[in-house]
Amino acid sequence: MKRADLSLLTQKIQEAIVSIACNMHPSCRAALEKARLQEDCPTARFALDVMCRNADLAAQKGYPVCQDTGMAVVFLSVGRELILPGDIYEAVNEGVRRGYKMLRKSVLDPVTRVNTGDNTPAVIHTRLTEGDKIGVEIMLKGFGSENMSKVYLLNPAQGMDEAKKLIVQSVAQAGSNPCPPVIVGVGLGGTLEKACELSKHALFREIGSANPDPQLDELEKYLLDKINKLSIGAQGFGGKTSALGVFIEKYPTHISSLPVAVNILCHCSRATSFAI
Amino acid sequence: MEKKITLPLDKQTALSLTAGEGVLLSGEMFVFRDAGHKRLFESIKAGKPDIDYKGETIYFMGPCPAMPGQIMGSCGPTTSGRMDKYTPYMFDTGLAAQIGKGKRSPECVEAIKRNGGVYFAAIGGAGAVYSSCVTAVKEICYADLGTEAVRRITVKDFPAIVAIDSQGNNIYEKK
Repeated sequence: MKRADLSLLTQKIQEAIVSIACNMHPSCRAALEKARLQEDCPTARFALDVMCRNADLAAQKGYPVCQDTGMAVVFLSVGRELILPGDIYEAVNEGVRRGYKMLRKSVLDPVTRVNTGDNTPAVIHTRLTEGDKIGVEIMLKGFGSENMSKVYLLNPAQGMDEAKKLIVQSVAQAGSNPCPPVIVGVGLGGTLEKACELSKHALFREIGSANPDPQLDELEKYLLDKINKLSIGAQGFGGKTSALGVFIEKYPTHISSLPVAVNILCHCSRATSFAI
Repeated sequence: MEKKITLPLDKQTALSLTAGEGVLLSGEMFVFRDAGHKRLFESIKAGKPDIDYKGETIYFMGPCPAMPGQIMGSCGPTTSGRMDKYTPYMFDTGLAAQIGKGKRSPECVEAIKRNGGVYFAAIGGAGAVYSSCVTAVKEICYADLGTEAVRRITVKDFPAIVAIDSQGNNIYEKK
């Protein structure tokens, strides 16, 4: 058995937050550049020019890419062979507290609307895995896009045809609000909350990467094509690129249901992963 | 080529702008978002508005803290739709323009048209670019709201698109 180094976890979380707040994910930057170069609509091109210039300026100067530095969402994979010498959630939140020192504090009590003052707590999902490492996937999730996300509990009779329709419709209804071109995470199956968790986790996929499941990969390509045909375009100004990617995860579900969660991310993916 | 526009916006300039045009805004504007609007409306209801926004431009934004060397941190627009319920009253009582991101309600479009106002769309997510446009910042009120306090900023060459013009033309409607 090995003792987990929770102070190292805190430090790594802090460093990751500062870094991803200022640096758009490289696969996302590349996808935006591609969208910019192929855009004919002048207003959308104007928006894409500013977005690309913004990503580069932020990275170069060490400024947050977007003022909504979000709420921290953390997926922990904790190795079964580890001994945890303290509260792993507090170790994550201390990293969040330190990492957000120079970032916007957007987290508050939902009822009183009183700000927690340090952007804690993070939303933390934990699972146990083989080995003696802690795997961390962390994302700073903005809420202009989070607010546009949807979950449906369909009848089996409605099936995947209805699911496809509703996924595209969710992005259509979100329109200009989530700072398109968006990135779409889809969770299929499980329960209400499992579908939502899957849709969030799907957003960690590298843009341009293929889904290892050929059936889901085909579905992702189909949905991306349908969404781009909506002509929402950059910032909702119209044009060719309404989404940079669609990523799907699935989990077995009950005979009575087909849960479908659609988690929308803006054009700026701020996520990373590491292990200690 | 983007049109250079000076703020506060005069009536004639407001009427000359067309939806879809790119602009570079220079001058002063108020900055506040959800909580600032909520509290301003409480003061209006009480008969004593906390700020005079007649002829002014309001930018829906809540900034990041300033980094060393910055006078304002990252400061891109937030979603305007959440301010829709306050908007018709504000244009009806003299507001000249708003800046935010995303589509507006039909009531807002009507109010903009009725009053010869303008709604500019800034580029959502471009926080670093917008912070580099800010040349001065003044705290006005509601400091306890933190990022949502009311501020007044001076900008130079702030990039935006005319999203709804004084004729009611709406960039989010023409596809």
